[in-house]
Amino acid sequence: MGISVDPPEISRSQAQKSGYTFPLLSDTNAKIIRRYDVLHPGAGPKGADIARPAEFLLDSNGIVRWVNLTENIAVRARPEQVLQAFSELQSAGQ
Amino acid sequence: MKRRWNWPIWAGFVVVVAGLFSYGFFARFPITRDFPWANLLLFGIGIALLTVGLFRAFGRPQVYRGTIFGSIFAMVAVLLVAFFSYVIFYVLHQVPASAGAPRVGQKAPDFFLLDQNGKPVGLGDLLSNSKGVALIFYRGFW
Repeated sequence: MGISVDPPEISRSQAQKSGYTFPLLSDTNAKIIRRYDVLHPGAGPKGADIARPAEFLLDSNGIVRWVNLTENIAVRARPEQVLQAFSELQSAGQ
Repeated sequence: MKRRWNWPIWAGFVVVVAGLFSYGFFARFPITRDFPWANLLLFGIGIALLTVGLFRAFGRPQVYRGTIFGSIFAMVAVLLVAFFSYVIFYVLHQVPASAGAPRVGQKAPDFFLLDQNGKPVGLGDLLSNSKGVALIFYRGFW
């Protein structure tokens, strides 16, 4: 699922536009973003605090099994990387 | 005598400007976004053409035009490339370190947030219904 500071209306139009069926969660005051220490202070519109790109893969117990913290805003985990990490976890768990 | 049109200067400048503005297009594909080689290639071609044009202008000023506007175009082109490089290789790398982010083996903090339909979603609910969860923090569309 995705998490950003976008309000639900923006997330809804974005999900419809892109055909996303997974949840896009709204953390408008960046409380959870702060809790995960993935805040990018002042990087949003009019100096608003937003999330930096970050990807976590959790197992069914909520344990972090894979993390990707980019050093370049333009470079994010590609879907196939996340799927690869997920399938590796699946095979490791068996 | 009318001096000849110095086309490499114009072509070079147009290619450099195209190299700058095509980033919006190339950024849509990971292969040209992760490293902007397509834009750098255009800059290289453009600067090479400008260089050829300037050599013609200054080497044979009685034949080719462009000593003045060619110099101006070349300077603007260099500034555009410098601006692009500053943004791509410096500004985009100013990402917080996130030293306190959950690490592999740690439990991810639970949360409740509204989804795009205004429905509250908890991490615990998602976990109990699945084999795993991918948490993707993104900058947002605002």
